[in-house]
Amino acid sequence: MSKRESTLTQNPLEKTWVPWIRSRLSQRRGSSVPQFTNSPTMIVLVGLPARGKTYISKKLTRYLNWIGVTTKVFNVGQYRRDATRSYNSYEFFRPDNTEAMKIRKACAIAALKDVCDYFTRAQGQVVVFDATNSTTERRELILSFAKDNGYKVFFVESICDDPEIIAENIKQVKLSSPDYANCDKEEAVADFLKRIDCYKLTYVPLDDSKDRNLSYIKIFDVGSRYLVNRVQDHIQSRIVYYLMNIHVTPRSIYLSRHGESELNLLGRIGGDSGLSPRGTKFACALGTYMRGQCISDLKVWTSHMKRTIQTAESLGVQYEQWKALNEIDAGVCEELTYEEIQDNYPEEFALRDQDKYRYRYPKGESYEDLVQRLEPVIMELERQENVLVICHQAVMRCLLAYFLDKSAEELPYLKCPLHTVLKLTPVAYGCKVESVFLNIEAVNTHRDKPVNVDVDRDPEDALRTVPDHS
Amino acid sequence: MLFVCMTNCPTLIVTVGLPARGKTYISKKLTRYLNWIGVPTKEFNVGQYRRECLKIYKSFEFFRPDNEEGLKIRRQCATAALNDVRQYLSVEGGQVAVFDATNTTRERRGLILKFAEQNGFKVFFVESVCEDADVIAQNIVHVKLGNPDYIHCNTEEAVEDFMKRIKCYESSYQSLDEVLDRDLSYIKIMDVGRRYLVNRVLDHIQSRIVYYLMNIHITPRSIYLCRHGESDLNIKGRIGGDSGLSARGKEFAKSLRKFIQEQNIKDLKVWTSQMKRTIQTAECLGVPYEQWKSLNEIDAGVCEEMMYEEIQEHYPLEFALRDQDKYRYRYPKGESYEDLVQRLEPVIMELERQENVLVICHQAVMRCLLAYFLDKPAEELPYLNCSLHTVLKLTPIAYGCKVESVFLGVDAVNTHRDKPENVNVQRSTEDALQTVPAHF
Repeated sequence: MSKRESTLTQNPLEKTWVPWIRSRLSQRRGSSVPQFTNSPTMIVLVGLPARGKTYISKKLTRYLNWIGVTTKVFNVGQYRRDATRSYNSYEFFRPDNTEAMKIRKACAIAALKDVCDYFTRAQGQVVVFDATNSTTERRELILSFAKDNGYKVFFVESICDDPEIIAENIKQVKLSSPDYANCDKEEAVADFLKRIDCYKLTYVPLDDSKDRNLSYIKIFDVGSRYLVNRVQDHIQSRIVYYLMNIHVTPRSIYLSRHGESELNLLGRIGGDSGLSPRGTKFACALGTYMRGQCISDLKVWTSHMKRTIQTAESLGVQYEQWKALNEIDAGVCEELTYEEIQDNYPEEFALRDQDKYRYRYPKGESYEDLVQRLEPVIMELERQENVLVICHQAVMRCLLAYFLDKSAEELPYLKCPLHTVLKLTPVAYGCKVESVFLNIEAVNTHRDKPVNVDVDRDPEDALRTVPDHS
Repeated sequence: MLFVCMTNCPTLIVTVGLPARGKTYISKKLTRYLNWIGVPTKEFNVGQYRRECLKIYKSFEFFRPDNEEGLKIRRQCATAALNDVRQYLSVEGGQVAVFDATNTTRERRGLILKFAEQNGFKVFFVESVCEDADVIAQNIVHVKLGNPDYIHCNTEEAVEDFMKRIKCYESSYQSLDEVLDRDLSYIKIMDVGRRYLVNRVLDHIQSRIVYYLMNIHITPRSIYLCRHGESDLNIKGRIGGDSGLSARGKEFAKSLRKFIQEQNIKDLKVWTSQMKRTIQTAECLGVPYEQWKSLNEIDAGVCEEMMYEEIQEHYPLEFALRDQDKYRYRYPKGESYEDLVQRLEPVIMELERQENVLVICHQAVMRCLLAYFLDKPAEELPYLNCSLHTVLKLTPIAYGCKVESVFLGVDAVNTHRDKPENVNVQRSTEDALQTVPAHF
């Protein structure tokens, strides 16, 4: 390696220091997210139908993408639907249906080919291979494929024999499946149960002894018990931790910002000001609204900043303060108006518009940093049941993006207006959102991406989308 | 409150397992981790109570299942320990107690569960199961031979006696059972972490404990901690900022490279913060490194880039408050050491997972990491000595950590400010600046 000292240069967008070697910037990119894994990883689901594999697949994928690990789900059932045009009955899944077995195997192989493409061309880091994968033979096929390509494999098996849970699953996600679009409820349930029986005949769960060299987690009875074997690396450890913290108990998460603050009124960002008179009114209205929701055991969380705490105080219930919920640190731009930022730091202002997610304020933070900071909050939200989170605009955007599976590009522009509560309720594979404006006027603090993001733009172009303020 | 409230009622962690299965190792490590993240935790080693009771250990015969006298004493010791647990959790404000004993029978565990129920404690079992003869032999060599029980024996005698001791427990050992114990909360660690069985995790603290236990390992390795080379702001006696290395700092970076090469470390990972001075230091090593924003120096908020004299001039009240409680004190618009620890927890978790790592960081950050490895309390942490141009090599041994301090022979300013005698808000400027180290 060269012993010559290379000077460091600061990447203008993310403010990370990288070596300036001759005339090109070093490839070494310092991100706020350390390396999770060296090789691409395949997470392979295992389990009978209606055991929550797709639920887990989608949720895990959403989480991994949110923390910055590019992940994609490959659902083999989807390939099967594309290959067979229409679903007739459970007979397709009979183990003695050789024609169907051929099609099903072909689908799995087609999906694996796409997995390969995703890793090589799309630079994906993790793939979630969502299928029953219930036989040793099928799993061998996958292991072989992974070995040939240098992918790590981590199995996630879901085992459940509780008829009530299975019935609930069928009701929640199977009845609305394209497979059963033209059936009535009873027919669908009867057919699906027979489908499960087809798989039961050949189902071989991961074996403690035979599969002792594989890396896997076995989830029993929706999380009351777990068996974890040979976790290989950081990402697998994080996946295990996540899977062990999620639950399916019905509950709602309420996200809201603090009431309108004094600095909000002045169009200034950041700071630690108190509530305006309207903000105080909102706090009361929030109390009324939450009481109307009649929630047993509601947890209330705030940041360490005055405006969220003042809002919570009005509720008259216990609340917990999280420093991690503090608003994004705008560094040198703290307490400035957008006009002042344009005036004093026009280049910074333009860079931010170019890549609002990765842009880090000088001596401050980026949305990307925020996500890392908020990860323990998300983990605890997963563990909890009914929670009201009183936070801030950028923070709320990050949390919302996690629940609604929004990309890094969309995240910084999600609409989180003041005095509006978002009620999130998990439903099927996603999240239902109810937006409740509590009828107390407040300034708009949402600044859309302007058309011109060039560093040489006019102040007029730069300030075009700034919302009104005093 | 810094954290989400960990738990409403105190938690009793109960170890389970034959002798030489790593129970005390796990107990001590877990206690150290929990205390570091701010959960008051204490371990209660029943063997310790037995040693105090018995005064002199004669032989494995004490542990024979048919030794009535022995059984009586052992039961008394367990009871005494549980009483102290009750004192710690219900009276002294402890949040977690680690009850370190074999607890190998369902009967003994039943007693503990009843005790916990009576006192409103949650119970979480940590069982260590291992049949690997090599691992067990290693354990005996590393921790049992140095044990007070065997202080008067030679190695062979000690090993032989200990193996017979294990045998005494084996016949009555009832491992946690998937069916019979399905309503209990526990983690079963098999073969030193190859496999885990986790049952009924009830709350946040249990979830964190499981995550921690699943990330630690016992593969021999070393962790190297050092600060960036001396920086331009260091020379001027200014705190924080994002300056580059001074000439001497660059010399240090070169010495560091030489030192690392000489250590001949297998598969060394190098981590830095995202601040210029640590990155410049790492660049000199000529090996790949990873930047962690969480390793950035403590944010001194409004005091960033000030000299202590200037802080005293502009913020004399803040300066005094900091001296009164340096761990909890938060700079205006900045951070506290307490915040730092929270920020560094994922770094510690990843350090536990890794093997050989060199962490190039900053004074306050290094103090926090060091406090974790050396089990230093919050009061001592902010005053730990972490001088420039000195590498600390930490190597886990037995129940703790060996520290080798290596000064790499390149002079640097001293940046360590001791706690002054007078921490009163009305103190004179002279008193306040008494302990400020010399600078240009």
